[in-house]
This record gives sequence, structure tokens and C-alpha cells, in this order.
Amino acid sequence: MTKFLSCTNMTGGYGGEDIIHSCDIEVDKSQIVVIVGPNGAGKSTAMKAMLGMISLKEGNLILDGSDISKLSPQDRVAAGIAFVPQTMNVFSELTVEENLEMGAFLRDDNIQETIGEIYNLFPAMKDKRNQLAGELSGGQRQQVAVSRALMTRPKVLMLDEPTAGVSPIVMKEIFERIITIKNSGVAIVIVEQNAKQALNIADFGYVLVGGENKFSGEGQELLKNQEVRKSFLGG
Amino acid sequence: MENFEFINAIVLLANFVLVPALSYGSQLALATLSLTIVYGVLRFSNFAQADWMSFGTMAAILFAWLFQSIGITAGIFPTALLALPFAIIVTALFCLLIDRSVYSFYRKQKSQPIVLMIVSVGVMFILQAIVRFIIGPNDRKFFDGEKYIIHALDFKNYFGLEEGLTIKSTQLITVIVALIAMISLFYFLQKTKLGKSMRAYSNNEDLALLSGINPEKIVIVTWIISSILITTAGVLYGLDKSFKPFTYFNLLLPMFAAAIVGGIGSPIGAVIGGYVIAFSEITLTYAYKKFFVYLMPEHLEPSGLMQVLSTDYKFAISFIILVIVLIVRPTGIVRGKII
Ligand SMILES: Nc1ncnc2c1ncn2[C@@H]1O[C@H](COP(=O)(O)OP(=O)(O)OP(=O)(O)O)[C@@H](O)[C@H]1O
Ligand SMILES: [Mg+2]
Repeated sequence: MTKFLSCTNMTGGYGGEDIIHSCDIEVDKSQIVVIVGPNGAGKSTAMKAMLGMISLKEGNLILDGSDISKLSPQDRVAAGIAFVPQTMNVFSELTVEENLEMGAFLRDDNIQETIGEIYNLFPAMKDKRNQLAGELSGGQRQQVAVSRALMTRPKVLMLDEPTAGVSPIVMKEIFERIITIKNSGVAIVIVEQNAKQALNIADFGYVLVGGENKFSGEGQELLKNQEVRKSFLGG
Repeated sequence: MENFEFINAIVLLANFVLVPALSYGSQLALATLSLTIVYGVLRFSNFAQADWMSFGTMAAILFAWLFQSIGITAGIFPTALLALPFAIIVTALFCLLIDRSVYSFYRKQKSQPIVLMIVSVGVMFILQAIVRFIIGPNDRKFFDGEKYIIHALDFKNYFGLEEGLTIKSTQLITVIVALIAMISLFYFLQKTKLGKSMRAYSNNEDLALLSGINPEKIVIVTWIISSILITTAGVLYGLDKSFKPFTYFNLLLPMFAAAIVGGIGSPIGAVIGGYVIAFSEITLTYAYKKFFVYLMPEHLEPSGLMQVLSTDYKFAISFIILVIVLIVRPTGIVRGKII
């Protein structure tokens, strides 16, 4: 039985040497999958590959039973995958509310309800809705980035380091929100530097090294694995 | 008597500086808006923009001639205003054709902005040749309709002043049309979904893709808006003065100067920049002798022309402002992108 989103045997890079090699990442509905690994391991690259932002030499990408490997990034977004990139993940010259509207660009129905839900999820967004996203603090900006992605009402949400540069308290808050989103039935893939905390909320985890799957397993299982602890979690 | 001297001096300035600078500034603001929008969204300096202005104006003149030949005029308004929508359509279509056949190739290659800029120089030469081939290099006046709203003579007689104020109908039309164009553009960019998606694309191309914004559609809309603005600017300029391809080409420098002064990529900046350049050009090349004659006691009257720069040097003013801005504040008045 294949998972809801199943990306297997992905090999490719940015045109030069291959960055990821036969990399597998799979996620099911109402599941959090966490990808950890050292800097430069190819975590962001794997995510971009899943979205079609780089072209792969090999790889099988199946979403809900249908092949998406030939689709453009926009079409994958339309098919239900939302992505929050690691850097430049908000429209800095647009207001918070305009960021949300752009997130819902493909939708023709009334988006006010979704905006309301997001303001409930991130109350800080509501107060800042007319401020430029570029003028927000790092943590608030991450919230805008996640909110923009949620506006499409995605089936799969992919987050590249959503807690980069935010305080432990905001990090905890963002993780809590991610769990709420998961419980609403969304499949979630997260790349994280805060490996311990992330694996704690993960249903499944991958350790990526040199563009390859080095370890994989349930979150708790990886946390207990001696080798993983020694090399990536700091003992 | 003293008082009259003062009023005469003011009317003199209004007539020779304020009114001309307002209308030239409005024309320049529209042209600069089109330049800055292409820069902001498509990310290259379009050197062909002044020749798109020639092309659009030529199209309007041809349509105006056609209308006149079959007996259609706009009464007290210039026929060219009737021709303007048709000229915009032709210009936009040709612009999209050039985009499909030239620019889109380099876009797919993800070429550097500098490459696209050089390509635009090629397009510029092509447009210059086309315009000269179709309508020729000569100076053409295509104004018809009621020429004056206020004539200097009537003004003088009415107020009993020595100085008269002339307001040509083209000047009033320019200011009104420019105002309408600017307000609609800002409304479009700030309030409509399509306009917001253009700003989003200009701000962060990758994230726009990830939001499902279709870049090809944005490109098409950008060229259409650019054609509307540049053709309108060209027709207004030509009605006010005259149409000559070489004169239009020479507007490229003030356009770039205005865009950079205002902050390139910023629409508000383009409008501010347009007026700053226009007012600088006209205030610095106006001979203030008569103005001071009115204001100064007789023995202090100036003997020279009291002109900062001869009108022959008006392009130097754009150039000097451009250089100063690039050194002192390269982002321009409204924080724009650095070239
Ligand atoms: N746009 C790009 N063009 C070419 N090479 C790139 C590009 N982006 C990343 N790389 C290369 O791909 C490799 C993997 O980068 P990637 O960003 O996927 O790492 P990462 O695991 O996300 O690291 P980090 O934890 O620092 O975010 C690196 O060696 C990097 O130099
Ligand atoms: Mg990364």
C-alpha cells in the first residue's frame, strides 16, 4: 500500500553533479514526517525535487495514486501540495493579508473563512494584517509563511525549517500549530535543524546524509537509536 | 503698482514654468511608469521603451488620419484621442508579438538582466527602423480641435495685467488623462487580484510560482499595461508639442533619470521622478530676467538672461541628476531596487 504522497528513488541536482541519490520520502494523511541531517545534506533539495522546482533524472512521484512527476510546480500546487521554502518565504513588499490572498490565488471561492481560521490559528497575524510582511519579526514572518501555504487548503504541507531563527517559545508554538494542522487531516513534511524537538512530534523520520537516506524510522525509534543520537542529536 | 509687479511676476512664472512643467511632468510620469513596471516585473531595463512611445504615437497618428479622411473628428477635442484606444491595441499586440518572438526565448533560458537589456537595444533599433519606414523621420503636428482654454491676450485684457497666462487644451487634457491613468493603475495594482499578483511576482518570483501564479500571464499583462501607458504618454506629448521619432528617442534619458530618481521598480517613485525631472529641466533652463525686472527696483535689474543653463543643455540636467542620485542615494527617493 503506497502512502498518500510517495516520492521514491529521487536522483538529481541543479544541473551539475547530482545532489540527492535514490532518495525516498513518503508521507500519509494526518502524519508528520521529519527530515533531519547535517547542513548541505540535500534536505532542501529533496523538497524542491518533490515540488518540481528542479528536474530529476530519476524518481517516482505519486500523489493520491496519480503520477505527478511531469507536472509543473504550479500544477503540483493546484493538485494540493503547499510548500514553505527555507528562505524568502513571504512576499516582503505585500501586507500580511495580501500574502494570504496570494496564497489563495488559485481559489475562486470565498477565502474569508480560511483567513478567519488562520487568524484563529495565529492570532498575532490578525493584528498585523495591514503591515508589510518584510517589516515583521523573524517568528512572525514564519507564521505568515506557513499561513500563506495553508491558504490553498493543501492536502500536503511541506515546511523547510519553519522554526529557523525563532525563540524556543515560538518554536514550541509553531510545532503545536503544526500538530493542529496535522489533526485536520493534512500530510506534513518538515525539514528541521531542531532535530530532537521535531522528532518528538514526528510520526516518521528520515536522516539524510550526502543526499542519501541514511536512517529512517518512527520518530521515537530514531531518537533512541544510538548512532543517530551520536552523530546528529549531540549525544 | 508694486502689487501688480508682483502679480505679473507670478503670472509670468506660471505661464512659462509651472504650466509647461506640469504637463511635461505628467507625460514623463506616464512614460516612466511604463519603464519602471517593465523593470519591476520583467526585471530588465528596457531601452526600447522610448521607441515604443514613437511606435504607439505613430499608430495613433495613422488612425487619426484615417478617421479624419472618413470625416470622423472629436469636435473640440483632438481626433488623436479617439484614435488612442486603437493605437493602444495595435501597440500592445505588436509588443506581445515581439515578446513571443524575442524576449520569451531569453526568459526560458533564464538569461541575466544585462542580456535582456542588450536584447532590448536590438528591439529599439528594429522599432526605430519600422517607425521611420512607415511614417518617416520628419516632424509632424497632428493636433486638431480647440487649441486654447485660456489665451494670453484674453487673460491680459481681462485682468488688465502686462503678463498673460496661456493654458493650451492639450495641457489640460494631459493632466486630466495622466491623472486618470495613474489612479486606475494604482487602483489596479493595490486592489485587484491580478494587480496584487503582479506585485507579488515582482517581489518574489519563486514564491509566486509556489502560490500558483502563472508567470506567462503576468508577462502578458505587464506588456499590455506598459503599452497603454507608453502610448498614452506619447500621444499626449505629441499633441502638446509635435511628433518626431528622434525627439521621442531622446526622451529615454529623462525617463531613466526619472525612474532612478524616484526609485526604479516603484510606481509612486516613477510619478515623483517624472515631475522632479520635468520641473528641474524647465526651472533650470528658463531665463528669469523678466521675472527679476518685475520684482527688483530699477537700478538692481539684472543685465544678463538670468538663465542657469541654456535650453540646449536640457538633457544634461537629466544626466547630472541621474549621476548625483546614483552616487548619493542609489535606491532613489522611494526605496526602489538598485540596478
Ligand atoms: N540553487 C542551487 N544551485 C546549485 N547548487 C545548490 C543550490 N542550492 C543548493 N545547492 C547545493 O546542494 C547541496 C545541498 O543543499 P541543500 O540546500 O539541499 O542542503 P540542506 O540539507 O537543505 O542544508 P541546510 O541544512 O544548510 O539548509 C549543497 O552542496 C549546495 O551547495
Ligand atoms: Mg536547507
